[in-house]
Amino acid sequence: MGYVAVKGGTHAIEESIRRLKYERTKKKSILHVKNIEAGMRGLIDQTMSESSLFSEKLASIAIKQAEGNPEEAVFLLRAYRSTLPRKHYSNKVVSEDMRVERRISASFKDIPGGQILGATTDYTHRLLDFNLATETDEDLLSWVSDFEKEETTDSDDTDLTKLTKVIDYLRNEGLVQECERNDQEPDDVTRKSLEFPSSRSERLQILSRGQTGAVTSLAYAVIRGYGSLHPTVGELRVGDLPIYINNPIDPTDDDDSYFIGEIKVTEAEMLMPVTVEKEHGKKEIEFEIGYGVCYGQNETKAISMGILDNCLENKNPDYPSHNEEFVLFHIDSVESTGFISHLKMPHYVTFQSKLDSVRKTKKKHSELNQEKQEVRV
Amino acid sequence: MMTTATAYNFAFFDEGSKREIRRATLKAISIPGYQVPFASREMPIARGWGTGGLQLTLSLVGKNDTMKVIDQGADESVNAVNIKKLIENTTGIGKTDETSEATIIQSRHRIPEVPLTKGQILVLQVPLPEPLRAFEASELETKKLHAEKEYSGAWLMLFEQIMKYGNMATDADHPVMVENRYVMAPSPIPRFDNPKMNHSDALILLGAGREKKVYAVPPYTRVVSLAFQDHPFEPESFEGESCKVCGANSVFMDELVEEESGETYYQCNDTSYCIERLNQAQEEGAL
Repeated sequence: MGYVAVKGGTHAIEESIRRLKYERTKKKSILHVKNIEAGMRGLIDQTMSESSLFSEKLASIAIKQAEGNPEEAVFLLRAYRSTLPRKHYSNKVVSEDMRVERRISASFKDIPGGQILGATTDYTHRLLDFNLATETDEDLLSWVSDFEKEETTDSDDTDLTKLTKVIDYLRNEGLVQECERNDQEPDDVTRKSLEFPSSRSERLQILSRGQTGAVTSLAYAVIRGYGSLHPTVGELRVGDLPIYINNPIDPTDDDDSYFIGEIKVTEAEMLMPVTVEKEHGKKEIEFEIGYGVCYGQNETKAISMGILDNCLENKNPDYPSHNEEFVLFHIDSVESTGFISHLKMPHYVTFQSKLDSVRKTKKKHSELNQEKQEVRV
Repeated sequence: MMTTATAYNFAFFDEGSKREIRRATLKAISIPGYQVPFASREMPIARGWGTGGLQLTLSLVGKNDTMKVIDQGADESVNAVNIKKLIENTTGIGKTDETSEATIIQSRHRIPEVPLTKGQILVLQVPLPEPLRAFEASELETKKLHAEKEYSGAWLMLFEQIMKYGNMATDADHPVMVENRYVMAPSPIPRFDNPKMNHSDALILLGAGREKKVYAVPPYTRVVSLAFQDHPFEPESFEGESCKVCGANSVFMDELVEEESGETYYQCNDTSYCIERLNQAQEEGAL
């Protein structure tokens, strides 16, 4: 029986992999990568964000290979990412430079530049659209061309690349706690493992690449009661950020930089009211900020990250969500799914060892009981 | 588009990544038993499935190496096969089942029965590298405990087991003291294998991928299993039992049940050792 379980592994694995491929192909219809790129924006954005790899193309291939399972797609991209040499570091990216597609504030109605809804599911009715089952190329193309025609005639003077930040308004009023500018070189969690106490740059990186569901759940726990925060969305932005690198031959020359592309990100600046003690014990209420940013349009995640960022800035032993080891060690998709799934591996040796230990304690107990009985006799 | 074969460097990683892992390994060898943090790349196999060991192996492997991979004692176990395949595909080096032929042996939860020799490297896969985690959840705190050599918690844990069960109730991964300095998790090898770490001729490296730690037992290091004078360390006992296949005793054995008769019998857990003995017996018989 024993050898049956362990022998023939090579053949069994090969057959299992063939069967997996059959599951992907058995309906005899190809899902083209270009179709994934065209129609799975949400899944692509989530996958890119959790993988920390910005490439819609690679994400689409990963999604195809993973048959749409995000944990598997993220795993594929992360594994690929770790083989890529670090050729350049980009210049600092400032989110004021974002070409905004969507920008809202839940704190102020009338923000300079206005609330820009952009594309959002927030106000859709979640009614299944059965027409999609029979949508044709013609339907789609005619709708798109109509839409694009309308867009070009619709003119608006707002410069979407120069929107001021909502936070700046509060900062100018002195309502946001002053903080010093921190231009420290950020730590890189993919090049140096996390040690505690962690730096803010490490925390932000781990939150930003965290599993969407895990980050959301923990942030939800915080605002529901297992935390001490009452946040408001100061500003939520979605848009493209330009990335520049300095001339590799003379990296010190900041004026000689190259545009290498854009990344789509979601950014959330959360406001949390806190009581601060001023001179002579006078108490005032001010706002603290929690910052969230991630690849793609992942608004729930960015907001959740903003909440958790602030939690970890204000450690509180009463709540695990304010404990950096608890939060940072457990939200990574590749790590958590990997360790949970390792339970499927054989544990014959460890279990044998445990059996030995259990039997030993049983034996000791029965010996002791016998001794007791003998004493009574 | 690149093909899978050309998309990756020799031994999967880029050279910079390999160097980084080797630097951590050198530090680990210099401080026996101390857990050295390293960046730990994401691998094409899942966290918890041997990524720590695999990173060590891939960072060390050269074109002239011969590797052996075992999982819970078996060369043919599915995960061992899978890891072997990945190393083979990305390096093209030779593989063997025979312990004595291998230059690098990657293992999950066993030290082979054939004694390791000088020049060999044993790479153990580690799920939970922190021996103090059972009573201290915080990494920051356990780091301090190690720095201060404050191990009363580890002793108390064993003492409590004696109070509760009458003896130490550890199973695999029984903690060891390395060179009288660091308490170390030997990885979930059975207690039976703990003594093999002491004064080993081979270099033993331990890699925890998910927990991002590398540590080492250099050759000829003193490794002592934690125990009390009146409650000595006890390996698993297979007293009176011998392998049904090759007749070996005093090895670690799997406990199996005969499907038809329902009887319990035992078999060597180290499959290559068992087969080697069988072959030997056959040869001798043939002569």
